[in-house]
Amino acid sequence: MLATIQITWQNLSDGVALGGLYALMAIGIGLVFGVLRLVNFAYGQLVMAGAFALAFGSQWGLPRWVSVLFCFGVVLALSVLMDRLVFRPLRGKSPAVMLVATFAVAYLLQSIALLWFGPLGKSATQFATLNAPWTIGGVLIRQVTVITVVVTVVCLLALRLLLDHTSVGLHMRAASLDFATARLLGVRANRVIGGAVIVSGVFAAIVAIFLTVTNPQVTPDFALHDTIVVLAGVVLGGLNRPLPATLGGFAIGFMSGVLGGALPTNQSQYLPAFVFTAVILVLLVRPNGLFTRGRGAVERV
Amino acid sequence: MTALVVEGLEVRYGSVRAVRGLSLEVRSGEIVGLIGPNGAGKSSTLHAIMGAAPVAAGTIRLGERDLRGWASEDVARAGIALVPEGRRIFAELTVEENLRLGLAGRRADGDEAAMERAYELFPIVHEFRRRTAGELSGGQQQQLAIARALVADPLVLLLDEPSLGLAPRIVDVLFDALDAIRTAGLGVLLVEQRAQRTVALADRSHVLANGELRLTLGPSDANDTQALVAAYLA
Repeated sequence: MLATIQITWQNLSDGVALGGLYALMAIGIGLVFGVLRLVNFAYGQLVMAGAFALAFGSQWGLPRWVSVLFCFGVVLALSVLMDRLVFRPLRGKSPAVMLVATFAVAYLLQSIALLWFGPLGKSATQFATLNAPWTIGGVLIRQVTVITVVVTVVCLLALRLLLDHTSVGLHMRAASLDFATARLLGVRANRVIGGAVIVSGVFAAIVAIFLTVTNPQVTPDFALHDTIVVLAGVVLGGLNRPLPATLGGFAIGFMSGVLGGALPTNQSQYLPAFVFTAVILVLLVRPNGLFTRGRGAVERV
Repeated sequence: MTALVVEGLEVRYGSVRAVRGLSLEVRSGEIVGLIGPNGAGKSSTLHAIMGAAPVAAGTIRLGERDLRGWASEDVARAGIALVPEGRRIFAELTVEENLRLGLAGRRADGDEAAMERAYELFPIVHEFRRRTAGELSGGQQQQLAIARALVADPLVLLLDEPSLGLAPRIVDVLFDALDAIRTAGLGVLLVEQRAQRTVALADRSHVLANGELRLTLGPSDANDTQALVAAYLA
């Protein structure tokens, strides 16, 4: 049975950090869903590819900033390839076709990683020093936690600026509300989709960097579990709007982070069970999502 | 100057022939009406011009360019703006954001000047520019939809039943605005259910039934109710 769960400030701060990362992943998935009506199951493999890029940077002894650039380069190149080779040719096909296609891409990328790098993968250690703690108000908090929260907030603000104050942002919002009408007005589909894919790739690269701090061993199934949890979070929040999706991602990340730290070691394997039970319960009560208002044009995964 | 020319247009949805061999032309500075009963193929014609309906045969030309097979966004950027049926306003965006979306179809610079002109033509749009578009009344939304089409500075404006569901007073405002748009030199292709008013306003009106052009009427035919009824029943 459950032992007493102790929640400490460290747990809470880890929860906020993981929540932030999951929020970024949720946006990455939500933005692409908004313009393509496509749930990209291969999103985790983008993160995995970025993490392998970091691992190679580590192996080759590249300076940190070069590794980071390499990671961004690999993830963005892969995102654009995915868009050109898979999403674009399939645009307008039925949701089921697109869904299966992203599954295929996910397995393909994972298999390639397995073939090239083996099941044990590689280690990315250049940011491991960020696991050292800072003392903040008498509480020991890992540096990566603080930095993750700051970076997440900056990313969210930057995205808000992009969406609210640029024409491509406005076009992205319009396209996610009614793509056909947006195109009738002259909004260029490829530009809007390209924009969403790029932003989503940038977030995947950032997530890859932070995930390698706590989990430096990069294997072919890196970020797979996180992606599944985030997808649940996105559905939990409400898939069809960026803000609810973000909040859903944050909520589930926060819950996983806090519980992951607070559960005794011998019970932590039950964490996914707890998390998904909570998701099911919430969706039973609010099928349109936890953070959506009023009528919801639900599109469930 | 001839702006839009449609020749021998066929629109097919599977085995259904929605438009059969329709030809029409819209010159700059004129309004061409397209009237007829429900299901006559009026909206299909507009959608075909916009690249949003399957064209089985025929040509669609804007000036020298053949638009057939173009994507909607390219047709819009070539200079044809559609005010769609049901207005298709982005209810969750602000009025100003809706208007700015129309700028996506512009072929030249001068975005802000175009916004100002639209605000001048439709003061109500200016007054409510900070509100969410979903809060506007039907008539206000229709004005916004037309303003949104005009900020693209199109050569030809297509309107799909703009008066649908509007109060008679608002319909007057709408038809006056269309007259002003014609005077400004745009070509207008107006799909309407209000046959008599359309015939009176338009330089010529084509009566469509069952996908085919049945009759072409001039403004002087507006009071010839018998001709109208006969055209609808033909």
